[in-house]
Amino acid sequence: MRAGPWLWSLVAPFVGLVVVAGIFSAQKPLDKPTRFLTSTRMALVAKQSAIVGVGALGMTIVIIAGGIDLSAGSVLALCSVTLAVSLKQGWPAPIAVLLVLGVGLLAGVVNGLLVTGLRLVPFIATLGTMLAFRGVAEWVSEQKKIQADAPAWLSTLLDRPPSDSHQLLPTGVWLVLVLGAVLAIVLSRTVFGRYVFAIGSNEATARLCGIRVPVVKVAVYGLVGLFMALAGIFDFNDLNSQGSPTAGLGLELSMIAAVVIGGGSLSGGRGSVLGSLIGAVTMTLLRNGCVYAGVSDPMQKVIIGGIILAAVTIDRALASAR
Amino acid sequence: MTPLLTMTSIGKRFGATRALVGVSLDVQPGEVRALIGENGAGKSTLMKIVSGVHQPDAGRMTLAGEPYAPRHPADALVRGVAMIYQELNLAPDLSVEANILLGQERSRWGWLQPRAGREVARAALARLSTDDIPLDAPVGRLPIAAQQRVEIARALVGQARVIVFDEPTSSLTEEDTWRLFEVIRELRRAGLAVIYISHFLEEVAEISDTYTVLRDGQSVAAGTLAGTSLGEIVRAMVGRDLTEMFPRVSHAAGASLLELRGLSGRPSPHDVNLTVHRGEIVGLAGLVGAGRSELVRTIFGLTPVERGDVRVASVSGWTPLGRSARGSIDHGVGLVSEDRKAEGLALELSIADNLTLSRLAPYRRGGLLSLRARRQATSQWMRRMGCRAAGTEQLIGQLSGGNQQKIAIARLLHQDADLLLLDEPTRGIDVGTKAEIYRLIGELAASGKGIILVSSYLPELLGVADRIGVMCRGRLVDVRPTSAWTEDTIMHAATGSRSLAAADSTT
Repeated sequence: MRAGPWLWSLVAPFVGLVVVAGIFSAQKPLDKPTRFLTSTRMALVAKQSAIVGVGALGMTIVIIAGGIDLSAGSVLALCSVTLAVSLKQGWPAPIAVLLVLGVGLLAGVVNGLLVTGLRLVPFIATLGTMLAFRGVAEWVSEQKKIQADAPAWLSTLLDRPPSDSHQLLPTGVWLVLVLGAVLAIVLSRTVFGRYVFAIGSNEATARLCGIRVPVVKVAVYGLVGLFMALAGIFDFNDLNSQGSPTAGLGLELSMIAAVVIGGGSLSGGRGSVLGSLIGAVTMTLLRNGCVYAGVSDPMQKVIIGGIILAAVTIDRALASAR
Repeated sequence: MTPLLTMTSIGKRFGATRALVGVSLDVQPGEVRALIGENGAGKSTLMKIVSGVHQPDAGRMTLAGEPYAPRHPADALVRGVAMIYQELNLAPDLSVEANILLGQERSRWGWLQPRAGREVARAALARLSTDDIPLDAPVGRLPIAAQQRVEIARALVGQARVIVFDEPTSSLTEEDTWRLFEVIRELRRAGLAVIYISHFLEEVAEISDTYTVLRDGQSVAAGTLAGTSLGEIVRAMVGRDLTEMFPRVSHAAGASLLELRGLSGRPSPHDVNLTVHRGEIVGLAGLVGAGRSELVRTIFGLTPVERGDVRVASVSGWTPLGRSARGSIDHGVGLVSEDRKAEGLALELSIADNLTLSRLAPYRRGGLLSLRARRQATSQWMRRMGCRAAGTEQLIGQLSGGNQQKIAIARLLHQDADLLLLDEPTRGIDVGTKAEIYRLIGELAASGKGIILVSSYLPELLGVADRIGVMCRGRLVDVRPTSAWTEDTIMHAATGSRSLAAADSTT
């Protein structure tokens, strides 16, 4: 059987990832004792990719549906402080986690209702809630970082598994991979997934075909909120059980970049889960590699920016060549 | 036999405009009814009522004997009324199969049933005798004709009983047109009712059993096509004699103004030679996609010149063109785009903005624009063009198509163009305004301007132009004085070989 178009769309991001990894492995700075690609570094990159990765999963859905969620980073912060505050209040951890997921979902549904009910352009609607949710996060946390005590199963989500276990990667990373697989199946094998693609590709047609576009859109933004809640929990882990109102500042842009590097189209209708995850890893690997190679921070930013532009240009060229 | 769909005394208003007045129409199972009329006659409004986009203010409809009043398009689809629009309604990134099944997926508990869905999609395409469309291909990569069949297949999956085709052949090649007709005959055999909207009368005669003519929102004639001459239909459509439609303003060709030598662009035009004189109206005929718009756009400098020369006579002698729109405007060349809404005008801006956009210099006072001077000039132009509007600052998007087009043409005169490239200038304009624009074109020629008029409406070319050139596949195949052409010979030249009637007898 012939490879489907979705497989083709992954070629560019995958090649990009291999090239980035290759460039950094090829050089070995004199002051570094180890090579670039070690199992330790792979695990580290996987862990660092988890937050952007899980966010990119959510962002993939909304971008395929032809929308955007600029409030993602703020929802992440709101969720992380909610978790810290509720744990500090002495709530049982499972309840606190459920609460956080609920907050994320609610924030997403608010975005969805703004887009469908008030007919705001997604960019504007989520630009507004980006500020508003950030404000709520600062209000909940009284503009301070909140240290909380979390049970081990929650606080070690992103920790490296003990060397004697066969787990290889942190639990959180496995969680991202499993969620990614589930999401990929939902997008390709369910009626909901089909509708998400249809709305992003041609909303008028979707409406004409009797699809309840507003319902699907609210569901999409709600789902994004859920993914951002998980990203918030990861961030809480990353800061050693701390909820920070400044968490995830600007992170929505990294998530969007990951989706776009992975072949997603901001005009909707195109995008893939695996591509977005590859995009997230590529970005982390880049940042990590730049540190390894001793590239200065300002230079890093220029390089990463350039790579995003190159990735999108190449992807478009490949798409039109096919 | 009882009609499948009846529409009785349908009326519809938009603000002060009466779009439809007491229109009646019915269609039987196994019948193809042509809905004929000029642009603006109300065909689209009527069909939007059938398909649930608009609701009628008066009248009633029945479907298979039951009352029928769709509140939105999905409603109509459920009842079995599908519309194939000129601009296709497809999700370009989704596969053929997904598009055919869109909104009617075969699923259990929200999970797609790939095998069942595939079966349904394949069966629908098979009913259209189509097996050359890959079910997995993204629809956006298919040719238009294949996309159209995907949309028809979708209607079949939705158990459509009535299918409305809105100008379905306007972007098809001749061969694809014949295939589409085969498909429509297939639908007719299967007992569906088909409403076929077109203003290509030859096509209508080819595919339809019965016809209804709309003019100015009213049904003015109806009957069976057998035994009706096309001349009768044309008279019903136009509602007046052609001499009244095309007022002649006497003018004579003078010195040459534009010279094209071996002009080629990508993908068209191809090796075009043409001279246009002052005081001359040159018509360009051809099928959609023959390269007429590409030719005038290349002359104007919107698409690059691949080979050959464009030269225009300006005050400073012969000047090469085709490099940029700005350069062309500065040398007295103006273009009216065929797509008034997307390109020709900035609909969110005022009449004054649209009129003066290409030449703001006269209103510069210091570094600022003198809005007062501009307003005065604009209202003079509006008077001269007979443009009816609330004022110079009214948004142009709020005007009727005819009044919009007057401003689009006035812009060229305002920028002092000597050579006017008019691409389908009467598209979507009511009959009365058309006559006004024809008179204006004649007057402009009389005042010494050169005009290239691209049109798909042959009576218009024959009534207005001094010479007509016919394009086919990017080439200018023949240029003759208008008196040496007839509709038949133009179609003959435009299709490259055979006329529609001749083609039919061979299939």
